[in-house]
Amino acid sequence: MLEISGEKLKEIYTTMVRIRAFEERAIVEYRKGLPGFIHSSAGQEAIPATVCAFLKADDYIISTHRGHADIIAKGARLDKMMAELFAKETGYCKGKGGSMHIAAVELNILGATGVVGDGIPIASGAALGCKMQKRDSVVVAFFGDGAMMTGSFHEGVGLAACWDLPVIFVCSNNMYAMSTPVRYHTKMKDLSDKAKAYNIPGVTVDGNDTMAVAEAANKAIERARSGKGPTLIVGNTYRHYGHHMGDPGTSYRTKEEIEEWKKRDPITRLEAQLLQKKIITESELKKIQTSITRELDEAVKFAAESPEPKVEEALEDIYCVEVEK
Amino acid sequence: MRELTYREALREALREEMKRDSSVFLLGEDIAEYGGAYKVTQGLVDEFGHERVRNTPLAESGIAGAAVGAALVGMRPVAEIMYIDFSPIAMEQIFNQMAKLRYMTGGMIKVPLVIRTQQGGGVAAAAHHSQCWEALYAHIPGLKVVLPSTPYDAKGLLKSSIRENNPVIFIESKKLYGETGVVPEEEYLVPLGKAEVRRQGDDITVVTYSLSMHRVLKVAEALEKDGVGIEVIEPRTLNPLDEDTILSSVKKTGRLMIVHEACLTGGFGGEIAAIVAEKAFDHLDAPIKRVAALDSPIPFNPRLEDYIIPNERDIWAAALELIGTESREYPGEAAADAAK
Repeated sequence: MLEISGEKLKEIYTTMVRIRAFEERAIVEYRKGLPGFIHSSAGQEAIPATVCAFLKADDYIISTHRGHADIIAKGARLDKMMAELFAKETGYCKGKGGSMHIAAVELNILGATGVVGDGIPIASGAALGCKMQKRDSVVVAFFGDGAMMTGSFHEGVGLAACWDLPVIFVCSNNMYAMSTPVRYHTKMKDLSDKAKAYNIPGVTVDGNDTMAVAEAANKAIERARSGKGPTLIVGNTYRHYGHHMGDPGTSYRTKEEIEEWKKRDPITRLEAQLLQKKIITESELKKIQTSITRELDEAVKFAAESPEPKVEEALEDIYCVEVEK
Repeated sequence: MRELTYREALREALREEMKRDSSVFLLGEDIAEYGGAYKVTQGLVDEFGHERVRNTPLAESGIAGAAVGAALVGMRPVAEIMYIDFSPIAMEQIFNQMAKLRYMTGGMIKVPLVIRTQQGGGVAAAAHHSQCWEALYAHIPGLKVVLPSTPYDAKGLLKSSIRENNPVIFIESKKLYGETGVVPEEEYLVPLGKAEVRRQGDDITVVTYSLSMHRVLKVAEALEKDGVGIEVIEPRTLNPLDEDTILSSVKKTGRLMIVHEACLTGGFGGEIAAIVAEKAFDHLDAPIKRVAALDSPIPFNPRLEDYIIPNERDIWAAALELIGTESREYPGEAAADAAK
């Protein structure tokens, strides 16, 4: 069993609470009239918060359209994220990416793709680059169960496997590709069995159990960093909301199922464990909550008060004009 | 002056850039020991090893995606897609990722990579190995599109493309690999976005590129004997496009013809015609003429294929029509005649 320090568990817990708070606040602001779509990851926090807690600053991640959680877990600032959701000049992508596509080069967040599965071969390529440069960085590709049915998954994982690349493929299996249940996509009972096709380790864990995710993530990171190659981790989890804010998520999921999964919420579970083991106190929990609420109030204020990009900026950043010497 | 084949010139560009910059590496199907389907990378694995001359599985989307990822962390990958006809498998990564990542991240990211591929008919390879798709790539903002027609340009443009900080779709012509031309020993670059005036003339401006450029030159020589002056403009890169050179030539000749091997509808000829119509309409003395492949998949039968793809006879007939001269037989040999 992996030993995780109380401090590390508190850090993971805090990240999860920050993600949840951001997601809930994003919905509130969205309903007041933000442009575009919001794909909430509420309910799925344990996987990114736990995996990223064991990464180093110079490790990379690549994320998805439902990516707020991954990006916050890798250390993104809530104000610049919120500003991006508000389509403002001060957002991470200067208002050109939006909720689905936040990147942060300084945090080694390589971006978030709106086309499901595309990040997987890109993660393999980034890992190839790191390996060729003899750096010890690893790359984590986050994606969902829908992405596992794409050709990109097959091609991207295939390359990483045959070249022993330092990648961890992390699937948050929330059981629905938009509305279509996994059982309609595949005959496989266990998605991580796909790893067998590439002769790499594959493991399925309870994605709402921080300890189980931590165990799998540490093994995979260690394997990648020591040059042994990639691992596929599938964390079974559930999203509290629908596909996006325009979808209540109830036409293809029963009320009973949603309620059942809410009982397995990763945050309440970890919170109970931390309290029980006396790693954290009630007053510390309150403090964390208060500080995150304040951070979010400031983030929303920053986003709301930031300027819109100038119209002329629409034609900037298409090409890099800096020339190689 | 030293002469090299188009293939050798490309190989020399790859070798020089790999020596110059350790972040440059090659990936693609059968590019190592086999040397690539058209032998452009032959021998490079002996010099640089499998780490930098990297055979891949048959996974074009994986190849393009891996090139993007490697570029994001500071490498300069040169990926070979064996035939442009196979590039749709990679198009998702090309269209949606490599072309857009910089923009979608507000200019935070750069994607320095080259996709080398080749296109064109004339080898009886039928519709899955003969298409010309430069217009598809030129349609996507964020990409640069390069089509060299001579060994000199093949080398100089490839070197510039590898040094670009943007994704470049570098489209070679399979019929040109064995053609020779002058390539200086000393290092040089050919910049992207600069057209070449291949021949001066006063009567018709012909904009053309890749294999078609050579066919146009042959026709231009034949027409010169009849006192018709053809000015041949080769843009060499469709994005960026050197509009000025095209426009100033049209202003001189008053007539425009565009010749390419890609089929007519939606072809890049339409774009050049539109630019000239918008910006030099008053200088035109005749309607713009496009000579392109007929709108058909490429047939296997060589006679049918020759009928679809524009050859010297088609270019000759179109030029006569454009200057209002009575139609007559092309005096030379057309490209596919030898095969018949």
